[in-house]
Amino acid sequence: MGQGFFLLFATVSVIAALTVVVARNPVHSALALMACFLQISAIFILLDAPLPAVIQIFVYVGAIMVLFLFVIMMIDVREAVLQRFLPGGNLPALVLLVLLGVEMFALVLWSKRFSVVEPAAVGDGDEIRKLSTTLFADYLLPFEAASVVLLAALVGAIVLARKGEG
Amino acid sequence: MMAPLSWYIVLGVVLFVIGAAGVLLRRNILVVLMSLELLLNSVNINFIAFGRQYGDFRGQIFAIFVIAITAAEVAVALGILVAFVRNKSTLKVDDVTMMKG
Repeated sequence: MGQGFFLLFATVSVIAALTVVVARNPVHSALALMACFLQISAIFILLDAPLPAVIQIFVYVGAIMVLFLFVIMMIDVREAVLQRFLPGGNLPALVLLVLLGVEMFALVLWSKRFSVVEPAAVGDGDEIRKLSTTLFADYLLPFEAASVVLLAALVGAIVLARKGEG
Repeated sequence: MMAPLSWYIVLGVVLFVIGAAGVLLRRNILVVLMSLELLLNSVNINFIAFGRQYGDFRGQIFAIFVIAITAAEVAVALGILVAFVRNKSTLKVDDVTMMKG
């Protein structure tokens, strides 16, 4: 059952990701990206990680994509719609992409360690508690640093986007 | 019946390559930023898949940190983009040569 659901979510997310890259209109790209994020959060739930799934929906779909849509509405995107891809020789980029994909696929499919279906420790329903204990005990300093980074980004974004000389 | 770890890794690889294609090939800055989000998300899938495989919470914790830093990055990037479009009124990546002098 898990495999069927995984194949469904993976297929839809790959299709949505391709739509992000090839869509002409940035609004369509943004909506496809939202669909892709929803599928990925479903995959997180399949991976027994409900907290990142919920955070994914809240932060990505709720905040980041709305930010993207606001910016798309704020600036005029019509002239950028006409040409999708960079003009001129895209050959080096394509070669690089093919190399990257072939290399990663070869490494993943070559290794025997990934194909093992190892039933990892089955959770006893108390995983969120353990997760938050780890997060707030062992990783308290990175957590605070992340909050400071968010605050700095907030102030920086306001200063950057303000009208006039700031 | 859970899907094996390699399936999740392959999904991460496919999404990463698609996102890299968007970053390298698209002309619209907004779509390039969205493809960047796709890249970070494919990495998150790997983090959580490995964390589950080895029964370790740190995969999820790092995924949460990645999401937080991504939110900061998007805020700053869109702020820069709005300021840039106000000055130059273009969205093409190959026109962003302001810092070349």
